[in-house]
Amino acid sequence: MDQFLTEARADAVTVVEPPARDGVPGASRRGFLAAAGSALVLSVALPGRSARAQAQGPAEGAGAIAPKPGTRVAAFLEIHPDGTVKLLSPFVEGGQGIATGMAQIVGEELDVPPARFVVDCAPPGPDYAVVNGLRMTGGSFSTRSSYAVMRRLGATARDMLIRAAAARLKVRESELTTRDGTVIHAATNRSLPYGDLAADALLLKPNEAVELRDPSTFRYIRQPVPRLDVHDKATGRAVYAIDQKLDGMLYAAVQHAPHLGTEPEALTNEAEIRAMPGVHSVHRLPGAVAVAADSWWRARKAVEALGVRWSAPKPSGLDTVAADFSSDGIVAALKASTDPGLPAEAVGDTAGAFAKAAKVIEADYEAPYLAHAQLEPPSALARFSEDGTLDLWLPNQMPELFQAIAAQVAGLQPAQVRIHSPMLGGFFGRHFAYGPGNPFPQAIRLAQATRRPVKVLWSREEEFRSDALRPLSYSRFRAALDAQGRPSAIEVRTVGEGPIGRYFGALFKNPVDSSAVEGIVEKPYAIPNRRMTFTKLAHPVTIAFWRSVGHSMNDAFYESFLDEIAQAGGQDPFALRQALLKDSPRHLALLAAVAEMSGGWRRGPYAAEGGMRARGLAMASPFGSETATIAEVSVEGGEARVHTLWIAFDPGSVVNPAIVRAQVESAAALGLSSVLFEQIVYRDGVRQAQNFDTYPILRREHMPAVHVRIVESGAPMGGVGEPGLPGVPPAVLNAIAALTGQRIRALPIANTKLSAA
Amino acid sequence: MVSLTINGRQHAIDAEPDTPLLFVLRDTLGLTGTKYGCGIGQCGACTVLLDSQATRSCQIPIESVGTQSVATIEAVEQDAVGRKVVAAWVALQVPQCGYCQSGQVMAATALLQQTPHPTEADIADAMTNLCRCGTYNAIAAAVRQAAA
Repeated sequence: MDQFLTEARADAVTVVEPPARDGVPGASRRGFLAAAGSALVLSVALPGRSARAQAQGPAEGAGAIAPKPGTRVAAFLEIHPDGTVKLLSPFVEGGQGIATGMAQIVGEELDVPPARFVVDCAPPGPDYAVVNGLRMTGGSFSTRSSYAVMRRLGATARDMLIRAAAARLKVRESELTTRDGTVIHAATNRSLPYGDLAADALLLKPNEAVELRDPSTFRYIRQPVPRLDVHDKATGRAVYAIDQKLDGMLYAAVQHAPHLGTEPEALTNEAEIRAMPGVHSVHRLPGAVAVAADSWWRARKAVEALGVRWSAPKPSGLDTVAADFSSDGIVAALKASTDPGLPAEAVGDTAGAFAKAAKVIEADYEAPYLAHAQLEPPSALARFSEDGTLDLWLPNQMPELFQAIAAQVAGLQPAQVRIHSPMLGGFFGRHFAYGPGNPFPQAIRLAQATRRPVKVLWSREEEFRSDALRPLSYSRFRAALDAQGRPSAIEVRTVGEGPIGRYFGALFKNPVDSSAVEGIVEKPYAIPNRRMTFTKLAHPVTIAFWRSVGHSMNDAFYESFLDEIAQAGGQDPFALRQALLKDSPRHLALLAAVAEMSGGWRRGPYAAEGGMRARGLAMASPFGSETATIAEVSVEGGEARVHTLWIAFDPGSVVNPAIVRAQVESAAALGLSSVLFEQIVYRDGVRQAQNFDTYPILRREHMPAVHVRIVESGAPMGGVGEPGLPGVPPAVLNAIAALTGQRIRALPIANTKLSAA
Repeated sequence: MVSLTINGRQHAIDAEPDTPLLFVLRDTLGLTGTKYGCGIGQCGACTVLLDSQATRSCQIPIESVGTQSVATIEAVEQDAVGRKVVAAWVALQVPQCGYCQSGQVMAATALLQQTPHPTEADIADAMTNLCRCGTYNAIAAAVRQAAA
């Protein structure tokens, strides 16, 4: 994912080059990248196949009129007479706390308490392309990519308000100060609230150079400011996509093809279904059938009673799942590949090190497909107006991209599509554009067919059938150990496919899919000889970003294997990591922190509370942040029981420590859930899980105590939403190995019966 | 027509008797604070109170509600215990995405209405709703705080 901060720029046409910013290297040094934006849209909308045919299509010429993102105050701020401030945020809120974080950052410089902010996700528009010239909420980029820009925006607005006040009060600007949304002229004891000045201020030309607040005077940034949405969420007032309602709206339910890529050929009882209560109409859609009705329950009952003859499954291809496709089969295919692949990392003389090795170990690791299983089932509401334009309410993390795709589906220009981005009932990577993995094209087609607003809602079962999946993954590890038991070389062969390659391949052009190898390459450990390769083998299923993406499995693989190296070399895993990181103070500090938090490193097994326990350690470097994690585990009834997680987390610096802690704990819970239980298994071309009874996720009784320590090293700001996850699975796996001697190399843990300690 | 008493008000509902209460609340009455999550009684996002019992409304056909009173999240702050629960949820900043939290708050309110000073085992038995954001520790802490 970090390619967004590097390769996207190299690949794009830079239209505006703003002056260097303070604080966040690389994040905002380039202006709006019109060419990158359209290339991205095309590569994503049309994965691989027909991109070139469409390349002259939408978003041409936007660069000529594009503003410098994050600079036009009026695009972001409305200051109301009652003193409240409405912020149109580039980012969508999905539980990560970004709305509050943006209010803190802007409020700090604007000098308005964050509690007075109302934050909405902005509509599509070039003003909001603040993630390195692109607009997206994801990759744990939001705060780190926009911190400097949003501070400057707040400071620019404050400067305009001061100038408006100076004119009104007929005093010099230098005589004015601000406090909590008011401009103050202390000499004459006069003050003007921002709300009275806003209209005048917005007529002024923004100053290019405004002074930013001295961080030592911060009142909101770095403080655990309460989240803006908590009371609404505790009282049912928060409004999600699923809650949208319009006059005259029809509700639609769908039944998807049992095999991806098959189509409805005939409906066997359509007349009967049309006669069911409340049914408005019956529809065939690409890969699905739908019923529109006056309530969703009636639509669902009808569509599930609809008899459909589906076309026969074709052989597996992209977006085509064959009748004999299985998880076991694709694992076998990944293992059987003989394609040598491309170098993803090559340092030193690996072959020479292996030739001289005192000992060589090797191991295969694999991880399953995963569903997002966010609690809000996906929905989309489409309404065409009389002028032919389209309004869409839908969960999404990239409004401009969804606008472009929706326009293609509807046969409109992007400017004729208004995207509304409600709060997300769970993020986790679910709300990117995944072709058949999103309901909004169905809503558009049904609204066209019925000439009514239509809300499509997928049942939980349809969501498990059609969710885009974290790719099933496989890597083969080899290590050479010298006579002292130290690793002299490591070799990793990764075969598979990641979402960056599938959805952004045309933009980044790098044949090595970063999202397939992240967590395996660019490790901080001083192993002198390293050779990692990537062999692409595409999945027929719709693959997805999933919280922490490639790190979600690759760090589990790598850090497990590092413990295998320690064992083979007769070394303690903590001591080995210390030795391999001896020249990296940042990592050593994290190791020391996590050891201290947990009362000193001890691997075990040891007796505790009437049973035996052990601890596992893992480190990870995801999304520009660093983590060190220790898990304490026992085995009960053949199953792993995780009692405590200690996580030392270094994101460089933070905006809201309370939100950071909550995000790290949340990510840890998801990592634990995945490693303990989760898997989407294909058999006979069909996913076996249908609901939470067959796709168990972490329940309260499995939730460990989680201790998070934030270490602000002062390094460039890293991500927060995802990095807490990758250390947890390997820490648990390493603890199980310490306790039982069982080295689990195929996830999830639930597939292995653990021996009693 | 099925007659229902919801948040103290009578409603005559024109829907098939086997319609789950959840969808009448959400789509017929516009009480969208109660959430659809799984439809099979697994996740608890649809939890409401039926005569003060925490109940998964996706599993309750409206014909079976009878004279029981239905309380939804929209009315939670009209109840003294509910107000304490919400205050604790806010004080401890429990929600993240928030989608499951209506159901969590209703489950906690039912628990504390019946057992004002719950043991850890009581909390474990009552608070079984799923949360994909993993706010379980904060939820338990908020239940304890609301009970204190």
